[in-house]
Amino acid sequence: MNTQVEICGVKFKNPVMDASGTFGSGIEYSEMVDLNRLGAIVTKGVANVPWEGNPTPRVTETPSGMMNAIGLQNPGIDVFIERDLKFLEGYDTNVIVNVCGRSVEDYVEVVERLGEEKKVSMLEINVSCPNVKHGGIAFGTDPHALEEITRAVKAKAKQPVIMKLSPNVTSISDMAKAAEAAGADAISLINTLTAMKIDIYRRKFALANKTGGLSGPAIRPVAVRMVYEASHTVKIPVIGMGGIASAEDAVEFLMAGASAVAVGMYNFHRSSAMIDCIDGIEEFMKKTGIQDINEIIGCVG
Amino acid sequence: MIQSLAVVKKSERLSDGIYSVWFDTEIARSARPGQFVMVNTHSDAHLLGRPISISDIRKEAGQLRLVFRTVGYGSGELSEAKIGDKFEIMGPLGNGFPLDEVAPETKVLLMGGGIGAPPLLGVANKLKKLGVESVSAVLGYRGEAGGLFLAEDFKKFSNVYIATDDGSSGTHGTVVDAVKENDIQADVIFACGPMPMLSAIKKLAAEKGIKAYISLEERMACGVGACLGCVVKTKKVDAHSHVNNSRICTEGPVFEAEEVEI
Ligand SMILES: Cc1cc2nc3c(=O)[nH]c(=O)nc-3n(C[C@H](O)[C@H](O)[C@H](O)COP(=O)(O)OP(=O)(O)OC[C@H]3O[C@@H](n4cnc5c(N)ncnc54)[C@H](O)[C@@H]3O)c2cc1C
Ligand SMILES: Cc1cc2nc3c(=O)[nH]c(=O)nc-3n(C[C@H](O)[C@H](O)[C@H](O)COP(=O)(O)O)c2cc1C
Ligand code: FES
Repeated sequence: MNTQVEICGVKFKNPVMDASGTFGSGIEYSEMVDLNRLGAIVTKGVANVPWEGNPTPRVTETPSGMMNAIGLQNPGIDVFIERDLKFLEGYDTNVIVNVCGRSVEDYVEVVERLGEEKKVSMLEINVSCPNVKHGGIAFGTDPHALEEITRAVKAKAKQPVIMKLSPNVTSISDMAKAAEAAGADAISLINTLTAMKIDIYRRKFALANKTGGLSGPAIRPVAVRMVYEASHTVKIPVIGMGGIASAEDAVEFLMAGASAVAVGMYNFHRSSAMIDCIDGIEEFMKKTGIQDINEIIGCVG
Repeated sequence: MIQSLAVVKKSERLSDGIYSVWFDTEIARSARPGQFVMVNTHSDAHLLGRPISISDIRKEAGQLRLVFRTVGYGSGELSEAKIGDKFEIMGPLGNGFPLDEVAPETKVLLMGGGIGAPPLLGVANKLKKLGVESVSAVLGYRGEAGGLFLAEDFKKFSNVYIATDDGSSGTHGTVVDAVKENDIQADVIFACGPMPMLSAIKKLAAEKGIKAYISLEERMACGVGACLGCVVKTKKVDAHSHVNNSRICTEGPVFEAEEVEI
């Protein structure tokens, strides 16, 4: 039985990884989760310099999900390379570094710094964070801005580039096409959906940032639809995510057209969520007589 | 740190809306006073763990006590726990109070407001085991009608002073008022309770020139330092985040009062 997938020449022992920002750098969960079992570790968004992030409250529970407005707090690329990347060198898994910035130059600076880092298998460019005022989502909702930043990053990147798309658009296919046209090696989706929650007794927003990004099982059907549309529009591989909580959910994304999947906020609920997905996919394959996981990728539609 | 199913050993109502549950769990073996756990609900609609402080620990027996106020869904579910029920729990989390640094001759002052009192019970218990002789506990409650929960338990380990909002028992006022009224002397304060109380304690400690360790709360998603949801502003640049922010779930929940901007 084969669970291995290949994306842009990078081999993954299985198609399961974490969604950026929900698993730290892996360090935080390493006491409870065997990181060597994961297809990849996707790190929290990192910028060229440290970011403070937003005021609190930054997280709140919503029906079958949560909202967050962390504001991409991160220690900056220097500390990331020294500490987080060094830690990950000890593990037998791919490392995908998620990159954020306020300007094209910020992104490119981080991408250049990572160029010589052998442990980094791929770069994921977050152009879709709804929680920062400048950069972030501005690049992810305008196809021209997306093309511009994709070109700039691709010109300097030494590793394959995944553009992470925002679901907060009218046509996800147009965004996927723009990324592909500008040279992206792969795309990942979906990032969180812009949302709002009001505490009616305190007459205040639940999050200090007023709006936040919705994630978790509540958004799964939206994510499946978008992964399907995007993967049937472009030829480059798609990494699917949005509310995955079980192996069945992961298989659903693969069948919709994703070449690999990421588990996000469900890691918070159950630290073994990704391991459960990996084991469950194998069980599903046995039960339904699938020899090679690649057989089911995009098998529906 | 583990996440596993814990079995309810004992469950009781302490007073109006205040409950106590003892769990059989491996987490007890490595838990320290002031640390906390994340308790999952059984509902697919409520996916974030509920952070609850560890109120008491029986290491050898592998048992933990949680004392909590019913607020919403999760605490409501937990208040209906019956012996033998299972809850998925992650822990022990956070740093806990720095009790190993307390010398036996230290005068310790515990200050707990409302549902902030229970986590200090484990502290009082541990201090007694460490041979610390002078331990005063100042406990704040709404009033006698709402119940002076756990006050009797604290008497086993410390001198207890009460403050009530309505004056129905002890000092009429806050825990800080009670410290002043009784002229309680201390070398170190360990405190847990609502934010206004913690701010007042920070001020009191600064005035008296004593060290205060306070346990903070914030909305949490992961509980293990991964999501960066639960931060507090800090005076100095934090060694982990490299900005003026510390994660309450990991660098805390216990902080030196003068280090945090509250
Ligand atoms: C480190 C720490 C230790 C705590 N220890 C205790 C304790 O020992 N006893 C006790 O009664 N309470 C304690 N609390 C508060 C407790 O976490 C909340 O009362 C509880 O999460 C409410 O959950 P609910 O489902 O009943 O309420 P809901 O309102 O339904 O909860 C909705 C969401 O908001 C979160 N939430 C609501 N109130 C709080 C709060 N005050 N702090 C953090 N998150 C909150 C919940 O966790 C959940 O994610 C602690 C909080 C923290 C951060
Ligand atoms: C707390 C939190 C932090 C996140 N941080 C990032 C981030 O730094 N970069 C990024 O590209 N996406 C980030 N995301 C989005 C997730 O990677 C993912 O796209 C989204 O949550 C949908 O997946 P889920 O429903 O499984 O959580 C974050 C999500 C959460 C919940
Ligand atoms: S709750 Fe996630 S970092 Fe503290």
